[in-house]
Amino acid sequence: MSILSVENISKTFGGLMALMSVSFSVKQGEIYGIIGPNGSGKTTLINCITGFIKPEAGKVYFRGSNIRGWPAHKIARAGIARTFQVMRPYYSLPAYKNLIIPLWSPRARAIGGWRGGGKHGDRDTVAVDILEEIGFERDSRVPYKMASTLPTGYLKRLELARCIALRPEIIFCDEVFSGLSASEVAGMLPLIEKLKMEGITLIMVEHRLKELFKVADRVMALQFGEKIAEGHYKEVIADPRVKEAYLGSEEV
Amino acid sequence: MEARRKERIDRGIKVRSEGIYVVSSLKEMLYVAGPRVFLMAGLLLLPLVLEMAPYWKRVVNIMCVYGLLAISFDFLANIVGLVCLGGAMFIGVGGYMTAIFNVYLHCPVYLAIPLAGLSGASICTILLLPCLSLRGVYFAIVTLMYPLLFTRIIEALNILGGTNGITGLDSFPNQYLENYVIIILLLVFLFGLRRLMDEDIGLVLRGVKDNDQSVRASGINVTHLKALAVFIASFIGCLGGAYLAHLYMWAGLSLFALDFSIIPIAAVTIGGGGSMLGAVIGTFILVPLSEFLRFFGTFRIVIYCLILTGFIVFKSEGLLPYFARKYDQFERWAKI
Repeated sequence: MSILSVENISKTFGGLMALMSVSFSVKQGEIYGIIGPNGSGKTTLINCITGFIKPEAGKVYFRGSNIRGWPAHKIARAGIARTFQVMRPYYSLPAYKNLIIPLWSPRARAIGGWRGGGKHGDRDTVAVDILEEIGFERDSRVPYKMASTLPTGYLKRLELARCIALRPEIIFCDEVFSGLSASEVAGMLPLIEKLKMEGITLIMVEHRLKELFKVADRVMALQFGEKIAEGHYKEVIADPRVKEAYLGSEEV
Repeated sequence: MEARRKERIDRGIKVRSEGIYVVSSLKEMLYVAGPRVFLMAGLLLLPLVLEMAPYWKRVVNIMCVYGLLAISFDFLANIVGLVCLGGAMFIGVGGYMTAIFNVYLHCPVYLAIPLAGLSGASICTILLLPCLSLRGVYFAIVTLMYPLLFTRIIEALNILGGTNGITGLDSFPNQYLENYVIIILLLVFLFGLRRLMDEDIGLVLRGVKDNDQSVRASGINVTHLKALAVFIASFIGCLGGAYLAHLYMWAGLSLFALDFSIIPIAAVTIGGGGSMLGAVIGTFILVPLSEFLRFFGTFRIVIYCLILTGFIVFKSEGLLPYFARKYDQFERWAKI
């Protein structure tokens, strides 16, 4: 049973075909990777599905209803959360206060934030719980620091924490590993696995292929807005078109 | 000579009076409540102190109207991120609405002013609704345009009294009521908005300024939030306008004057933005200053501008952050 199925999504920017009839579907509880060289349309695909830009054609079915053309906040309210590649925390707020906003949102208030807490007030405690879960040391001062003073590693986690606070069914992770050290990524992998265990579907756009392949069930490769391969990562990296996309063709 | 630098350290009493520990002693409670009580008591006693100077009582009234406009500007610009030059629009719409209720529909003053606030805020919000997706200077231009539009429409169609305005509004029953209505309105909205900022919805509104994309990604309708904020701000402004119309017993085109848009901005710049309190302190300096300078005749504007420039150059952070720092922290020289 697929929770999200995308059919023939197309998007042009002026004369540039950013996405050409991309289709894929994701099963519930799966970790689905999207890879591709720079400019291949990965982030555009996320933006189209989550409603931040409007695709020209195609359909996006989430739990059977077509959500293409819905405004972004309505899609998020339905249960599709996303992180931003260029991190977008609330810089003027302390880290834990960043989570008050998703916890206050109608969706989180209806079902309660993280494990049902925070349904009736006391969102601060729930916010610190989520941050602890995601690797902010509870007893340190880090959760209470201003977001503008946090290093990249924490900001990436904060992006993911904001999604978790929304209690989503699907999380789109737009390069959450980039800019992190190998040990930081290693610290985040168990968290990804844990989210999967809780039944959350993850769709991860990633350049750090080695780490992605450790967790991803299936992978899709994009190039110039077209889907060129899909399947288990071993099949995908063995595909000649994927090799060509990453390494260039042989004839010069 | 060894290198030294100034360092700032929180005063002991500030640390001791944080959170729940404030109730531990009277001194700590006074430390926290002192500035607020001083402001409230000072403002409430002002009409009594100025008993012998009726002209200055009038100045206090005008000052409080500008205070309302300044907190409404500060709230929209520094919390929600909508730079709104609509002070003149709020004052004008509020003033004309109360004139309509009072003169045409014969509502008494105490009913006309709240009704004008609500209906005026609804009108302003509906008019600004199409522009809410604009940001920064574009929103400012639209809000600056509306008062001009209203003036021209009233002139051209000769409605609502035309260039003469609507006369014959009821005045307040007595002088004290006239003073205290506006003083209490100002205090209620000042502390009300500050309380709102501490609530979760205040954080969400701050989030809209900081990063509206993330707010949308959290499943919150940003346009609704902005409309709510504009309603709150224009409600405050329209109440000020309605009060002003009853004070002058007249609603005319001068209620759409540009001063109502510009002076609040200057006040927030002087007092320091984002806290609402700074905006009020700014108006309490600017408006009486402008009255004092009448003594200089036409030279007044030059001196006014020089003082304003002086504030901006030498205390660019704003007076409130400066005084708050002096109150909470001390400085000392430290060896590096």
